[in-house]
Amino acid sequence: MESKQRLKIHHTPFETVYNAVVDALDFVLRPLQKRIGQRNMAYVFVLPNVAIFVIFVLFPMLMNFYYAFTGGSNIFPDQRPFVGLQNFETIFSCTDYTNPNTCREDLFWKAAFNTFGFVVFQVGGMVVISLITALALNRKIRARAFFRSVFFYPVLLSPVVVALIWRWVLQNDGLMNGVLVGLGADRVPFLTNPDWARFWVIFISVWSQMGFYTLILLAGLQSIPHELYEAGEIDGANPWQTFWGITLPLLMPTMLVVLVLSLIRAVQVFDQVYAFTNGGPGTATTYMIQYIYLTAFAGRGNQYGLAAAASVILAVVLLVFTLLQLRAGRQSELSV
Amino acid sequence: MRKMAFVLVLMLALISTGAFAQDDSVTLRITWYDDGNEGEVLRGLLDQFEANNPDITVELDIVAYNVILEQIPQQVQAGESPDLLRLTNYLGLRGYYLDLTPYLSEPATFEDYFPEGVLNAFRVDAEDEGLYGLPLQTTVSGLYANATLFEQAGVELPTVEDGWDVWIEAATAAAEATETPYAIAFDRAGHRFVGPAISEGASFVNEDGSMTIDQPGFRVMAERLKAWHDSGITPVEVWLGAGGSYAAAADYFINGQAVLYMAGSWQINNFATNIGENFDWVAIGNPAGEEAASGMPGGAALLAMAATEHPEEVGRLMDFLATPEIYAEFTAQTLFLPGHLELPEFEYVTDNDDARAALEVFAAEVPKLADAAYALNFHPKFFDAFNIPTRERLTQYLAGELTLDEAIERIQQDADTAINPEA
Repeated sequence: MESKQRLKIHHTPFETVYNAVVDALDFVLRPLQKRIGQRNMAYVFVLPNVAIFVIFVLFPMLMNFYYAFTGGSNIFPDQRPFVGLQNFETIFSCTDYTNPNTCREDLFWKAAFNTFGFVVFQVGGMVVISLITALALNRKIRARAFFRSVFFYPVLLSPVVVALIWRWVLQNDGLMNGVLVGLGADRVPFLTNPDWARFWVIFISVWSQMGFYTLILLAGLQSIPHELYEAGEIDGANPWQTFWGITLPLLMPTMLVVLVLSLIRAVQVFDQVYAFTNGGPGTATTYMIQYIYLTAFAGRGNQYGLAAAASVILAVVLLVFTLLQLRAGRQSELSV
Repeated sequence: MRKMAFVLVLMLALISTGAFAQDDSVTLRITWYDDGNEGEVLRGLLDQFEANNPDITVELDIVAYNVILEQIPQQVQAGESPDLLRLTNYLGLRGYYLDLTPYLSEPATFEDYFPEGVLNAFRVDAEDEGLYGLPLQTTVSGLYANATLFEQAGVELPTVEDGWDVWIEAATAAAEATETPYAIAFDRAGHRFVGPAISEGASFVNEDGSMTIDQPGFRVMAERLKAWHDSGITPVEVWLGAGGSYAAAADYFINGQAVLYMAGSWQINNFATNIGENFDWVAIGNPAGEEAASGMPGGAALLAMAATEHPEEVGRLMDFLATPEIYAEFTAQTLFLPGHLELPEFEYVTDNDDARAALEVFAAEVPKLADAAYALNFHPKFFDAFNIPTRERLTQYLAGELTLDEAIERIQQDADTAINPEA
């Protein structure tokens, strides 16, 4: 009784509210627990997450799958005619698969080729540059904490902010061309030349995300036991041999995580590029998600079926990539 | 404490069931976009309406024009609709509008206020006699020129009877003499491209409602656009740099970086506000082609949406906005060409002589609009079948990804798919 009184005396307003909320939950959950038993309460607590997953992930996924086999431009499923594999046939109708202009759905194939190129160069560049940065930041250099913050900072920026900043830098009347003209050089069509546009899309993507992957690799580097390096040193290994013989093999599982994460993210690229180049010039930087968005929602006649079919194809490709990488990961773990 | 918890649970339950809601007033929501000051002008009129109708509050939700084009149609189809909606592509959502006939004080008078052709554009078919919305403005596409640059260059302004090539030659000379970066800025839109193409003889809509894209007039204009890009007399960033950006082309003209600008009557207020006294600008209209000197008609309308829960209040608001004096006030302040047939005499509220002259020029363009332009503009699939495919595929042609033949073939394919998606 005495301690209860003391608690009452020392309650802050926050504690009062907190206790009231806890008691309110207790008021609802205690009778429920009595009714269904303590064991089954676990399901009650899991239920909100399961409901969110079913409503926002599983159900849309199944709906998307169904839409891939329907036609027309009506959004309601009961008003969409079943067309079987017609959407997939439209996508795969090509006389020469290496030339998108010969395909009925040329924009799908342009987006597919663009996405493939983006994935190869962006993921490759990302892994290599993140690794080099992590190795540098793992050494005892001056102002190490400052540099770690500098490299991580762009990760905190919204993709749209990154896109707009770089657009202002690179557009025809932008900062970069201002400097070039000031130095007496000609303007460079950074965003209106297809090759330049592709390069800059990859560059800003790497710039804005590498801090995240550098951090993961840095954690991987720091988990490598220092004794191994000491043993290597005693055996007379040079830095290059140390890197190939100790660092890289032991970092491989972390590298694999970085590879899987960056690859999935690269295939899903959309927001940043949409704000940066809007897929242009022409279709030079139109990637798969933007193709799906345009086909379904933005002026291509609301072809939901075609867009859904493209989504299914993309999902299959991603699934294959993920399975391959998981397999490679297992083999890598076994070899280590 | 247990008592307090009980009270807390009870309060939450009451709030969630709306037991405390006692406000009987109705809130109407209008989804709107702005080209100039029309949102501000409408807000002023809505304040008047609210003062006279204290049981109604009207919220104006201003969004980007692209949101109206790309997001609102899906939301409306999915049942998420505002009470009223400002649209330019009103043909695309036919069937989702509220027939105002039972809710207007005098439906016959309302019908007499507006051109039948525009009211028909809101209707589902020829049998439909419903009244679904209020045409807010009439628009005509056309060319503007920076008269000060012509004067400084000592180059005489061509007349509207002169063709595009004469205008471009003169503008290029003016640009060179005044060290202006570009001779012409051209809005990135199929709609703007159409007028000149029709003037050169193109006629896109067939009797059965299908479209034929491959026509000499289309090719002539496409090749002109390509030549302008290749020679650097137009800013490539408008068509190639960042898609869908209407403002970008206007900015070149407003900033004095382009001698000519192809847009339309809806830019008058924007220019009066943002160019001001910086330089003299003139509306030219549409340079003559081989067959005509036509721009493209267009307009915007305020549509009542069928999903509204307050049809009577929507009817009262439409009654108010259609009143000739109120409509005239809206038109006078926005510098729009009116879509109302029975307005009292009114004066446009501007002390900008260029704007007044431009309004007269565009009003004179209306009778010159070709039948082919009306047929295309009122085609139910104009946006999806022509406007957007032309914009996107011409961009690919200008970027060198497609030849003109390939671009035309793709526009035709896109048009056929949009007109008959089930085929």
